Amino acid sequence: MPEAGLLSVLPINEFVFFINKVVIGGLIIGSVYALGAIGVTLILGILRFAHFPHGDMMTAGAFFALVCASLAPHVGDPFGLPSAFVLMPVAMAATAAMAVWLDKAFYAPLRRANVKPVVMVMSSVGVMLMLQGLIRLFAGTGTRQLDPGPKDIYRIPAGGRDLIVTQPQLLLFIFTAVAVVALHFFLTRSRMGKAMRAVADNAELARVSGISIDHVVRTTWIIAGALAAAGGTLLALDVTFKADLSFNIILPVFAAAIVGGVGHPYGAVVGGMLVGFTETLAVFNWSVLLRPLQPYLPEFVEIPSKIAFVPTEYKIVIPFFILIAVLIWRPTGIFKGRTN
Amino acid sequence: MAVPPLAHREIPLFAGLAVVIALVFAWLGAAYGVRMLVEASCYAIIALGLTIQWGYAGLFNVGVMGFIALAAFVTVLVSFPVNAAFWNGDGPALLGWTALYLVIGVAITYGLSRSHRLGLPKSLRTALTLIAGAVTYLAVQGTLDPAASVIESEAGFIGGFGLPVWFGWLVGGVAAGGLGWVMGRITLGLRADYMAIATLGISEIVKAFLKNADWLTRGTLTVSPLPWPVPTPQELGFVFSRSAYLCVTAAMIVVIYVLLQRAWASPWGRMMRAIRDNELSAAAMGKDINRRRLEMFVIGNVIIGIGGAALITFTSIFDPSAFAPLNHTFLIWVMVILGGAGNNLGAIFGAFLVYVIWIMSEPVALFLFQQAEIWGDELFGWQAPGDLHTRALQMRVFIIGLTITLVLRYAPQGLIPEKVMKHD
Repeated sequence: MPEAGLLSVLPINEFVFFINKVVIGGLIIGSVYALGAIGVTLILGILRFAHFPHGDMMTAGAFFALVCASLAPHVGDPFGLPSAFVLMPVAMAATAAMAVWLDKAFYAPLRRANVKPVVMVMSSVGVMLMLQGLIRLFAGTGTRQLDPGPKDIYRIPAGGRDLIVTQPQLLLFIFTAVAVVALHFFLTRSRMGKAMRAVADNAELARVSGISIDHVVRTTWIIAGALAAAGGTLLALDVTFKADLSFNIILPVFAAAIVGGVGHPYGAVVGGMLVGFTETLAVFNWSVLLRPLQPYLPEFVEIPSKIAFVPTEYKIVIPFFILIAVLIWRPTGIFKGRTN
Repeated sequence: MAVPPLAHREIPLFAGLAVVIALVFAWLGAAYGVRMLVEASCYAIIALGLTIQWGYAGLFNVGVMGFIALAAFVTVLVSFPVNAAFWNGDGPALLGWTALYLVIGVAITYGLSRSHRLGLPKSLRTALTLIAGAVTYLAVQGTLDPAASVIESEAGFIGGFGLPVWFGWLVGGVAAGGLGWVMGRITLGLRADYMAIATLGISEIVKAFLKNADWLTRGTLTVSPLPWPVPTPQELGFVFSRSAYLCVTAAMIVVIYVLLQRAWASPWGRMMRAIRDNELSAAAMGKDINRRRLEMFVIGNVIIGIGGAALITFTSIFDPSAFAPLNHTFLIWVMVILGGAGNNLGAIFGAFLVYVIWIMSEPVALFLFQQAEIWGDELFGWQAPGDLHTRALQMRVFIIGLTITLVLRYAPQGLIPEKVMKHD
């Protein structure tokens, strides 16, 4: 059969490997970054400061989910889902409440004293250290499994090698899509969502036209906290729960928020995906894709065993360079966010 | 110009500090006490650098650790004894090729980025620049990888140049300042938070690089013993050699302090205060705000680098994975804001006070948690988790964060506030 011959020539296995590694991997990490970056971009747009504890808020959300799941380990069984996912709304509510309380205790007094934005940033760094200390005190410094059972793995045959998606990854994609659509309708249709956009555009004007800034600020923290908890929980479900995630995740999240344009939730989603895909593309070993071409190349061209743009150890460099590139060429981000 | 009189605040504060230090000497012995003083004095130098950035210019540098790590590495490179195995092997030639590729590539990339002056369309220029940059990167990476593995197998790492230590500190400070210049050029015109994010990023990258570039730094194998500028403990004994080191760092503090006080009283210092207190009116008077801020950031980083290099030299071991943001960034932040931002004496006082508390807090935290474990076991039959020891130390992170937020809220001026000069 000529078709079969053609198929065997095409590097279908390698291509599926590429999709597994880069496309699915990028979607996973991009979704997590997006869930974090939505909160960061809303806080940057409405409260006007870079919220450093966001990574620790994600970890705290995952920790709440871990506690819930260990208290009620069999809640998820009737649905065939991990208990931590079924109980995630509880963790989201707890993290949202924590975010509102943190604002009341630490940021609101500074806001009332009308300090410079950079002092707010510094105070947020203080809060970051406190959260880090508490999380490590209660959760320990090791890694833990959020879901003790084996993960369900879906294999999609693709002629040769299978496309592989695990259940937590599928849940992550679905949740991110639902959250983004819901946020879109909230921001464009509801009164509160419109008020939030008004405050982000011009806080003074919004205030004199009768919008309660306090309500807007509280809603911002609730959304940011809930989405951060979801992102942290879903990441921990996919990989493991680690208490010292914060620095490794806060930089890509900031990069995603700034790339997307500060104050634009959709921009944050695009930015998150951009950063996630760049990361997986940059550390991907391209020689896997090129190796099947070896028989067709002349003798002296030898494909090295490893061609990656960035070694895996330097993954942290990628979001940083995206950030620097955006700050140099287009400080407003893709979607023209605010710069002041 | 009326200089405000020496306030009645400094004398009791410094006297109290002296009493605390004397207690530590009496309790833990002279060798330990002198070691603590040397480390605190290095932190005081770093705090002076940071107070320039934060107290004078209002710049938020979250990457202190990265600048210290870079300066410390440069010091090791300059002052560590020459590694003959490296210079006699193939490593230098291979590295030379890498450097050649790098120079040619950078020159071509830079030339292309200027090519719009020759009439090339801007989009074409950008595309060509990006391609040239990518090719340079791949070429350098392609030649560096084999060079690195040859060096690692032949000689371990490239060693140093065997030059005097003080020269290494200076070069380290200059390197930290240079990195600060690049960071400042990119972020200073933008909103203040971006600088914080960018400095956080650069410090993580410096750490990742130093940890993984085994051919350059021996990575996790660490480099030791680092040469000292004064006779080592093997020659003089702990107390005397550490005291000699303390003399060196104390002299550095005095020199830097006097220079900063002079600069602060000069027209240049007046301009800096004007920019910090009212950016708009300073700009209206024709001051180039971003350029002045860049000056502050670079000078601050040079001092941070020198202090950091002195600190790492004193510990006598260069361990890239020991550069923790907690010890090298946020502890120094607490020193500066608690001591009093914008007051050099305050920064020095804060450095000594916070460092003594920090050193003493470790046994205290462990003791408290052990007590909690015993009581919990007796009263409730509570089984403490096995890693309570490491967890107890996490409480110090919490305390540092709490101190930062509380000081910012209730005492933004610090213990020794900045003295506002009145010009009659």
